Amino acid sequence: MPFDKFIDTAVPLPATNVDTDQIIPARFLKATTREGFGKNLFRDWRYDNEGNEKSDFVLNQSIFSGSILVTGKNFGCGSSREHAAWALSDYGFKVVISTFFADIFKNNALNNGILPIVADAVTMSKIFKAIEIDPTTKIEIDLPNERWSFDRETYSFEINAFKKECLIKGYNNMDYLVSKKGPIEKFEQEHIYC
Amino acid sequence: MSKKVKTLFDKIYDKHVVESRDASPDVFYIDRHFIHEVTSPQAFDGLRKKGLTVARPKQTIATADHNVPTLNQHLPIKEMLSRIQVETLTQNCKEFGIDLYGLGHENQGIVHVIGPELGITQPGMTIVCGDSHTSTHGAFGSIAFGIGTSEVEQVLATQCVLQSKPKTMKIEINGALSEGVLSKDIILYIISKISAAGATGYFVEYCGTAISSLSMEARMTICNMSIEMGARGGLIAPDEITFEYLKGRSFAPKGEDWDKKMAYWSTLFSDPGASFDKVINFDAADIEPMITYGTNPGMGIGISHAIPTDDGTGEIDKAMSYMNLSSGENLEGQQIDYVFIGSCTNSRIEDLRLVADFVKDKRKADNVEVWIVPGSKKVEAQAIEEGLDQIFLKAGFELRQPGCSACLAMNEDKVPAGKYCVSTSNRNFEGRQGPGSRTFLASPLTAAAAAVTGKITDVRKLLKNTTYAV
Ligand code: SF4
Repeated sequence: MPFDKFIDTAVPLPATNVDTDQIIPARFLKATTREGFGKNLFRDWRYDNEGNEKSDFVLNQSIFSGSILVTGKNFGCGSSREHAAWALSDYGFKVVISTFFADIFKNNALNNGILPIVADAVTMSKIFKAIEIDPTTKIEIDLPNERWSFDRETYSFEINAFKKECLIKGYNNMDYLVSKKGPIEKFEQEHIYC
Repeated sequence: MSKKVKTLFDKIYDKHVVESRDASPDVFYIDRHFIHEVTSPQAFDGLRKKGLTVARPKQTIATADHNVPTLNQHLPIKEMLSRIQVETLTQNCKEFGIDLYGLGHENQGIVHVIGPELGITQPGMTIVCGDSHTSTHGAFGSIAFGIGTSEVEQVLATQCVLQSKPKTMKIEINGALSEGVLSKDIILYIISKISAAGATGYFVEYCGTAISSLSMEARMTICNMSIEMGARGGLIAPDEITFEYLKGRSFAPKGEDWDKKMAYWSTLFSDPGASFDKVINFDAADIEPMITYGTNPGMGIGISHAIPTDDGTGEIDKAMSYMNLSSGENLEGQQIDYVFIGSCTNSRIEDLRLVADFVKDKRKADNVEVWIVPGSKKVEAQAIEEGLDQIFLKAGFELRQPGCSACLAMNEDKVPAGKYCVSTSNRNFEGRQGPGSRTFLASPLTAAAAAVTGKITDVRKLLKNTTYAV
């Protein structure tokens, strides 16, 4: 789905080093399709052993909602499972904001139409504070101009120009790579090392 | 050709760039691609939907490991979803002409164990797999890293990924290791020093005398856990030990081909004066047997140290409440319930030999259950041939069949909620070994010591008693 400018509220998850085993535990990776992972997003933080909602977890608190996840540093570390990105996207998240992301997760997010926004620590504490004071705080995401804003302040973020174009137009890397068939085959003829 | 001094990483990277343009990431060529049942089905599905085929089926190798039972592998898999996933892999490999080492095949095993053991993994290659511990293969001086399923699909279709060149980091460790300290302790030590995120955005080269004196299997343990500090991957320059290991393996080059490859392999080192974006030095003598106390691999301490106090971020406090431990405590003497010796980090024949050597004429403590899960069919066969299975049997250790097992607990091998497990695997995340499970990561020797005493143990004290030396 092409990615446009939008305004929405956010869900705060201040934990740091949120690994992909928390985002989607391994026992839910047995599916052979990409659909339906959202219901098990953050499964063991969200539900107890009997499957009841844990009231202290943010996704179970109705005052917080929206398609933007605001979270602590090193989000998405650990396993390379793209199921983590599928689960976030299936649940309805379109943007994740953090001080930084684990490399593989970042790629997986971008490949699934999720925008990872990197912000500095000071901005992160401001946004957490703002949401705490007012859970209906609106965040504006402006991908074309690489900006986001809340509480009348605007911040910039960086994104690789190619990835940005892919997100905005809803393209993916496959189309690009397939278009390189000629150069790849030429490379193979000259590539004698392995 | 430019005479610029280059790092090992840059030498291999630059040779694999098909196309590099300013505005877009590099089109990066992949020599070998490993796939398994969990992260590949959606990729094959994607190919079918787009009407694409597998460009170079002979450069992809498949195995079933993540989701397979470790008991009665000759019987159909009981759990329906796991069975479907493994069957789907078989069908996909058949349809697209990919070699599969499935359950029952003599080459089957954990993807990062079989690649090196079959000689598929070679110096100077680029290797990817839909699994973050692909970094293991870097031990041979190759660029190896984990990818997501969308990228698996792209490699199947084009044998390439889109890649932005990461920064480089050099980690140099010099000196001799103390008694009872293994390569697992080296990497747990490094991660504890630079944190679970300390190498994010970097590709790491490990070097120094403490690295070059290690066996290939020990080097694999180090590179394996590069991802646990956020690194894109880790590699070690190939040397005589590497070439010696490779020689004669099923897929290793032979005869004239070997000589040709050697000409390339012998160029694979960082040139003197090559510059890295970051350099970190450690002294091997500072490393003790390590143990983790928390819920990410960066939360590790030397066995004689106390659990640190929270730095104000709440991270350690949160981990302590999950682990039901307290800051300030020492872990030595902590009662445990399970010991897991396995995973792509420590399930190779040297690991099993070391454990067998240690437990010979000893017995496990009554309060623990011990699972030894070999990394591959070949490791299993070798262990039996050497009689290690008998030693394990006498010690009360259960030797299972190959697979990922309790490393990620996708199959039945789960540590129950609230129970403590000393594990030779690579992740101590909440619930990693089963919902509510509590993991202590350690070396195979520390794990074996815990199995015998039923508690977290400083293995060095037992070594002194038995005059056993590593
Ligand atoms: S053993 Fe564990 S870490 Fe290694 S490939 Fe299997 S699941 Fe991944």
